Amino acid sequence: MRFERRAHRPLALVIASPVIAIVAALAISGALIALAGAPVLQAYYQIAVGSFGSKLAFTETLTRATPLIFTGLAAAVAFRAQVWNIGAEGQFYIGAIAVAAFGAQATAGLPAALAIPLLMLIGAIAGMIVLLLPLGLRLKFGVDEVVTTLLLNFVAVLFVSMLIEGPLKDPLAFGWPQSVPVADNAILPKLIERSRLHIGLAVAIAIAVVVHVVQARTVFGMQSKAAGLNPRAAKFAGVPLASTLIKVACLSGGLAGLAGAVEVMGVKGYVTTDLSPGFGYSGIIVAMLANLHPIGVIAAALFTAAMFVGADGMSRAIGIPSYIADVTVALSLLTMLVALFFTQYRIVK
Amino acid sequence: MGPPFSGRGVAGMSETPVLRLSGISKRFGDTIANDAVSIDLARGEVLALLGENGAGKTTLMSILFGHYTPDEGTVEVEGRALPPGRPRAAIDAGVGMVHQHFSLAANLTVLENVMTGTQSLWRAKSDTASARRKLAEIADRFGLAVDPDARLGDLSVGEQQRVEILKALYNDARILILDEPTAVLTNAEAERLFSTLREMARQGLSLIFISHKLNEVLAAADRVVVLRGGKVVAERQAAATTKEELAELMVGRQVARPKREAGKAGDVVLEAIGASLVVDGVPRLSDLNFQIRAGETLGIIGVSGNGQGQLAHLVSGLSAATAGELRLFGEPIPTGVEALVEAGVGRIPEDRNTEGAIGEMTLWENAILERVRSRRFSKNGFVDRAAARAFAATIIKDFDVRGGAPDRRTRLLSGGNMQKLILGRNLHDQPKLLIAAQPTRGLDEGAIAAVHTRILEARAKGAAVLLISEDLDEVLSLADRIRAIVKGRLSPPLAADEANAQKLGLMMAGDWNKDSQHGEAGHAL
Amino acid sequence: MEILDIFASAGLWAAVLRIATPLIFGTLGALLCERSGVLNLGIEGIMTFGAMAGWLAVYNGADLWMGLLVAALCGALFGLLHAALTVTLGLSQHVTGLGITLFASSLSYFLFRLIVPIKGTPPTIVPFQPIDIPGLSDLPFVGPALFTQTAPTYLAIALAVVLGYVLFFTPLGLAVRMTGENPHAAEAQGVNPITVRYGAIMAGSALMGVGGAFLTLSAFNSFFPTMIQGRGWVCIALVVFSSWRPSRALLGALLFALFDAYQLRLQTAVGKAVPYQLFLMVPYIMSIVALVVMARRARVPQALMQAYRRGER
Repeated sequence: MRFERRAHRPLALVIASPVIAIVAALAISGALIALAGAPVLQAYYQIAVGSFGSKLAFTETLTRATPLIFTGLAAAVAFRAQVWNIGAEGQFYIGAIAVAAFGAQATAGLPAALAIPLLMLIGAIAGMIVLLLPLGLRLKFGVDEVVTTLLLNFVAVLFVSMLIEGPLKDPLAFGWPQSVPVADNAILPKLIERSRLHIGLAVAIAIAVVVHVVQARTVFGMQSKAAGLNPRAAKFAGVPLASTLIKVACLSGGLAGLAGAVEVMGVKGYVTTDLSPGFGYSGIIVAMLANLHPIGVIAAALFTAAMFVGADGMSRAIGIPSYIADVTVALSLLTMLVALFFTQYRIVK
Repeated sequence: MGPPFSGRGVAGMSETPVLRLSGISKRFGDTIANDAVSIDLARGEVLALLGENGAGKTTLMSILFGHYTPDEGTVEVEGRALPPGRPRAAIDAGVGMVHQHFSLAANLTVLENVMTGTQSLWRAKSDTASARRKLAEIADRFGLAVDPDARLGDLSVGEQQRVEILKALYNDARILILDEPTAVLTNAEAERLFSTLREMARQGLSLIFISHKLNEVLAAADRVVVLRGGKVVAERQAAATTKEELAELMVGRQVARPKREAGKAGDVVLEAIGASLVVDGVPRLSDLNFQIRAGETLGIIGVSGNGQGQLAHLVSGLSAATAGELRLFGEPIPTGVEALVEAGVGRIPEDRNTEGAIGEMTLWENAILERVRSRRFSKNGFVDRAAARAFAATIIKDFDVRGGAPDRRTRLLSGGNMQKLILGRNLHDQPKLLIAAQPTRGLDEGAIAAVHTRILEARAKGAAVLLISEDLDEVLSLADRIRAIVKGRLSPPLAADEANAQKLGLMMAGDWNKDSQHGEAGHAL
Repeated sequence: MEILDIFASAGLWAAVLRIATPLIFGTLGALLCERSGVLNLGIEGIMTFGAMAGWLAVYNGADLWMGLLVAALCGALFGLLHAALTVTLGLSQHVTGLGITLFASSLSYFLFRLIVPIKGTPPTIVPFQPIDIPGLSDLPFVGPALFTQTAPTYLAIALAVVLGYVLFFTPLGLAVRMTGENPHAAEAQGVNPITVRYGAIMAGSALMGVGGAFLTLSAFNSFFPTMIQGRGWVCIALVVFSSWRPSRALLGALLFALFDAYQLRLQTAVGKAVPYQLFLMVPYIMSIVALVVMARRARVPQALMQAYRRGER
């Protein structure tokens, strides 16, 4: 038995692969739930109810999906150009703390319509800077950015921790390490009243569409794709590799930083070191599930968010640790890789 | 090239053959690589397997060696069938293979390369001493001296091939298969290889060497088997055939390669003035001086690895001269690929798969990638896809890119058609300067003729052509003047009409270097 | 002066060996995988799982050594998964490894929570105790500095020697190195690169599991999520720093641990004048610096991260 490369990637299979991957991941997780002695179908039913079963649940899922769309896009644009940005988690935190630093006082006097975009930009720029360092090391010294971005995640969280216990500490927080809150003019308006859902979701979706257009239609999109697929040929064709990758890194780091900014301005108002339950890492999964397609990222983020939101209720209802959501989501990354493999290869005897 | 081997092969035919391939068939997807191939090999015989690229030679030998499993047919060594798909079994039965792309590890030593897999993996300690002894004995016996402790990556190509042969002999190979063994060798190294092969045959080894070079097949083999389209189409005693007959058998029809007609050279288009290139402190190109005029082709010949790649990159805008300069129409050459392409320079890279085109992109994307920023194919940063598709469609039609459609993936094209796409994007707008590096490497005769026709057309329309090629026939039929590149230096030019194989051989060996280093400037034209 | 006095304390050097131990295991494991041509970014998750599984085994009554064995077996199983995906299917080693890390760590949290429900304080086990080596442990300074370690620490150091020997002095090691340099050449010499890679990845991953288990069975006595704290990524950096040589991997891990142990003590010495987070950043930043220093010098296995597919044209 061996694998043979297909001449064509069947489009139907490419579109179906995330579904197949998710079903396979749910099946394997189901085995774990069964092993734990709990009713599998009921567990999944509880997850579905907990994430889509009521208006409140649904708005929670959408709220949770918002940062995932941003981090998913961050991973997708980077991976497409073979920039292995695994540092979205750190970029998220730096974007968040930048917003807290500027949003508390510096922009407090501005009208909201000005303060909000400005702070988003500040968060994005902060995220960019965090990714430009490892990219620079790759371009200058040939250091693999996978490991450096991973290591910088820890540095970034420690840096945030230092700031919120030091210069940016909220004096009114009864000694809890949390940052000063952003001023009221920086709080994102709600999309739906009496929910946590904020306009960040609309921004995320709009940006996904923009990213799609940029990738599919622009010179930069074409050049970054070429740089990712075959750097030597791209160079021969005059694609400026370094500057293209720097642009990609700015976009990717910027999106991850924006994720942090929007989370602060939309949900919490201040920064703690548990602001992100791994949004950066989940973003990688979201991007892979979407097969790196910006519009697909929206759907993949929704699935991932639903798993996380639904798992809490399920855990309370039938006593299975909510970590099962993390297991399922991580598994779906692996099953997606396998599914994608079979869109390119077939088994021959 | 020495006398042919005296009759052992013929006499041996009545005994059990050392090796017998019967009815081997192998297909990859829709392509039939081997179709019921049967070949016998006698003890002490040198058999040449002749065929074009894609005729199925390498697949056949990979099956023999167990890299591939055949769909049908058997391999027998001394009357015993080999289990399919098991290289170890082939090695144990005494089959050794010298790959075209050497199967060696650059970071390991010669001895380590040879020893890999020869001792039980579960031994507590490698027996280096006895391995070293055995290697020295073999090296001595066949005259293949090489330092066992040298790091392989530090050896010359010829020495590396010696290691590859030693490796097979170390495994007690009695049947040796050599895949295109002279492709990377200098003439002198090739001569030396052939005398080694003769010595091996004299000592009773049986050899198969794969080639598409008619001269060496006739010089070195006892018997020639011609493969075409995956089938054995003919078998000849080397003494009883001619180059012309073999050429026709190999190609299957008379393909006439187009030949250059005398042209009139115009103004100087490209001029190199003392151009040099130093990469990481190593001089790669030294003091190049040459001119190419409109309507004229300069051919650069040379043994692989003497700076051809760097020269192609230099004139293609991928690197800048570290000393001296290049001038285009008397002006300093524009820097960067984009400016060069805008200035009317067409560039055919030496490796179409890694540099020429991106397989996973569509034909239209590859057609315009190097000009995507020009106003013709993009506006305000957005790609004009309609214009790009139309351009691709024109190339497909005008340059006969078979199996091509603007929205198809380029990976699906055959090598020849991919090259036509690359030619098309460079020639469609009649370049003023065309740089063609190894433009027909790996193509079949039909595609070669098509590519040659296009290059000659471009010249006839007034392009200056820089042709860098390792194929002497190609250079002789296309170029007006010929220079050799040796260790990054260019020989004085030789008019193609005065060239012959001997003169070119001397040029490639660097003979001019010894006495005429200073006279080069005088030869600039 | 106080800053230099730290070096004169035996406690520092004892801490160095203790801190280095999981890094030695992890780095050797990652090194073995990479020598065969496969990057294993599953390390962070595999160490987490090893820490959890080893602890859980002991918590449920197993012997401490049995705990290490369980961790090794679990590591090997994740290695098998990584091998199936990256060797048999030839998937991206980067993405697959990250997937394994995410999967293995979430699975360890899940299983741990499932078996050990939340209580006030996390349950503990009795960890490995320092071995008293007659004669050596009683030496002044040197005794408490170097010879008051638990058994796995000595095992780690011995393993570095053994792995170095195997890689450079046995036919098996040569087969592994050849596979990492040129799998086609290995195949041509009758060594099956696929088998070699499976073996190297599984053995390497087993070592990673043991490295994780050292934390719960010797350095600490309980398991808690995120306890690996990027140690796996540090190991990946140390492999580059070591130029893929076990002896230098040992040296690198010790050097790294020296900085880490030193900064911990320095932190106490300087008190609140400098934020403690700055000290905690040092290990990660040092890893990055090590990568930069070695990036251009190291002789990378030539086939690292290249999938080997038989018979692909």
